[in-house]
Amino acid sequence: MHSRDLLISGGRLVDPEADELRRADLLIRDGKVVALSPNINADVPVLDATGLIVSPGFIDLHVHFREPGQEWKEDIDSGSRCAAAGGFTTVCAMPNTDPPLHDQESVRFVVERAREVGLVDLHVVGAVTTDLAGTILSPMGEMAAAGCVAFSDDGRPILDSGLMRRALEYSRQFYLPIVQHAEDTGLTRGGAMNESAISTKLGLTGMHSSAEEIVVARDLALLPLTGGRYHVAHTSCARTIELLRRARAEGLPVSCEVTPHHLALDEQAVSDCDYDANYKMNPPLRSVVDREAMIQGCVDGTIDAIATDHAPHLPDEKEIGFSAAPFGVIGLETAFSVAATTLLPHMSLRDLLRLLTTGPASVFGFKDRGRLAPGLRGDVVLFDSESEAVYSVESTHSKSRNSAFDGMRLQGKIVATVLEGRVVFGESR
Amino acid sequence: MKLNDAPGLDRKDLLGLEELSEREIRLILDTAREFREVLDRPIKTVPAMRGFTIANLFYESSTRTRMSFELAQKRLTADSIGLAVTASSVKKGESLRDTARNIEAMRVDMIVMRHSQSGAPHRLAAQIDAHVVNAGDGCHEHPTQGLLDLYTLLENLGDLRGKRIVIIGDIAHSRVARSNIHGLRRMGAQVGVCGPPTLIPVGIEDLGVTVYPTIEEALAEADAINVLRIQLERIGVPLFPSTREYARLFGVTPARLEVAKREVLVLHPGPINRNVELDSRVADAPGAVILSQVTNGVAIRMAVTYLLAQKTMKAAHALA
Ligand SMILES: [Zn+2]
Repeated sequence: MHSRDLLISGGRLVDPEADELRRADLLIRDGKVVALSPNINADVPVLDATGLIVSPGFIDLHVHFREPGQEWKEDIDSGSRCAAAGGFTTVCAMPNTDPPLHDQESVRFVVERAREVGLVDLHVVGAVTTDLAGTILSPMGEMAAAGCVAFSDDGRPILDSGLMRRALEYSRQFYLPIVQHAEDTGLTRGGAMNESAISTKLGLTGMHSSAEEIVVARDLALLPLTGGRYHVAHTSCARTIELLRRARAEGLPVSCEVTPHHLALDEQAVSDCDYDANYKMNPPLRSVVDREAMIQGCVDGTIDAIATDHAPHLPDEKEIGFSAAPFGVIGLETAFSVAATTLLPHMSLRDLLRLLTTGPASVFGFKDRGRLAPGLRGDVVLFDSESEAVYSVESTHSKSRNSAFDGMRLQGKIVATVLEGRVVFGESR
Repeated sequence: MKLNDAPGLDRKDLLGLEELSEREIRLILDTAREFREVLDRPIKTVPAMRGFTIANLFYESSTRTRMSFELAQKRLTADSIGLAVTASSVKKGESLRDTARNIEAMRVDMIVMRHSQSGAPHRLAAQIDAHVVNAGDGCHEHPTQGLLDLYTLLENLGDLRGKRIVIIGDIAHSRVARSNIHGLRRMGAQVGVCGPPTLIPVGIEDLGVTVYPTIEEALAEADAINVLRIQLERIGVPLFPSTREYARLFGVTPARLEVAKREVLVLHPGPINRNVELDSRVADAPGAVILSQVTNGVAIRMAVTYLLAQKTMKAAHALA
């Protein structure tokens, strides 16, 4: 008997690419799925999934775990706990740490730390440029060899068109995408929220949605020239989705993600929160029309993945005034229930799960996960999609408390998370 | 004085005019009228607030507003202290929560706060029991300025229903403009704004105002104009090219006022950039009520302080 052996019994299995839910047991041996069928008998530990849905573990393309450099906000240990509690078995860490993840040593350090913690399979999105400074290309080849799954200067956009061209060309040889934080900073300087009648009323400097659209349009123009793969992080506005929809129709190699908060909330939340900086993120919460376009993008397949942009900051760091506070919210633990609450009125559970599993897997080229099938990783999440509860941020495993969903009634509850056959969250019942 | 009969304001804080009802605004203006009379007497003090402690917390320097608040507090015999907030502690990003805890520990009853960030007094108010008066937050609101402008307008125009008031200048960055818009609309006035397109913020029409494309059109229809101070740091940001060009396009001059109604009132929140937004001949003409705005400001701040404190004072007296 191996510690990476597990029988998940009595649940309803859902494979995002298969037709329907089916009642079956799932056997994992040595960390890999070996069988799915009713009434499996095996001499291994059993996880009772009666009354629960069993899905492939979720994949998050966008987290900030703050290690190395800002461990007071979060570290790989606490971040991994959040991931496990949220049903995520794969996370992709952004490189804007201190020092940044811009060479093979820094990439190896983070991957190694995550392996020691052992709660989630962490991959690194390496920096596009050294020190995220936007001038010198980072050693992408060495970082790819060290296990990077994509490249990004996230937190900052790649603004220089010449540099973006070279990044798309150079990354092509590794078949890895460039992830753009699309923001023309000339349009967002000093900004704290979406620019609209609401920012005008609140007296907050606006960040107009055209700042995102402009960068995406520019990058799309470079794709036929460079042949690179392009992924847009945290899309937030209707016009961006429209641009990507057209690019996809033209057959360009594009993909994109949306955060749970851009699906669930709009700028009105900033007006209603009395300047609570837990509603300050970048990109900002947009208009109702933009939010509806995000949902539509999920429904029609323009959006490939739900990614959290989990960005921890301590309460005292957030409580220095709305304009001065840093951008970002945590999101790993609430992602599934926020997505379920927001999207299940518009789409099937299976289509929703695709945005958390096979969708993100194909964006970053993960071939060994995302579905429930023999030979794939034994990464599984057990949840109840119907139970409702009021979320309290006090329950978080994060070192920070900056959730935009504290006190909100949400649908769906993660019951257990299994990483390569080991239960990393919840209990064997 | 009928002050003791005043019911007080049924709210802990004054953060903006957006949330005030017409009834509340009228209560403040009526109370201010009584204090305004006191200010013309040889002895200008009302022993109404002995033992009530007020901290003036100015994160952004503003000699005039601060003096006006301090004077109002002295006239009411409240104990007031100024907490020096250095620029450095703001730069360090001191948490507003820490500030709140510290002030709470000093047992002050009311905080008057000026802050460069919109919403800072709102965050403070949500976390402490003491009353909070917003003395100007970022580009958001400056409610006591809005109230003193209303007071001055009513004093001169009688009633604001149907009257047209135009605010001229940097609407985008002006807390005075926002407080004026909310207050004037509540009192039934029609509000217009006018300024360089770069200083007219996105969606301002949603606040219920008319945007005038030219200053001539704005002046032709106005019963009163409120001329905003142009912040010189906005030059070349690039929001407008120079003060000379601003004066040429939007400066309020006697020539421009020829299209206006003869009795048009001219307000300005001060301090004036003479001959930039306001020609000296206009500033010093009889239609300009800029100095009475200053006097009225003290009365308004007395009224706001007094009315917000009513409940706390009555509770304290019941204990004594
Ligand atoms: Zn980003």
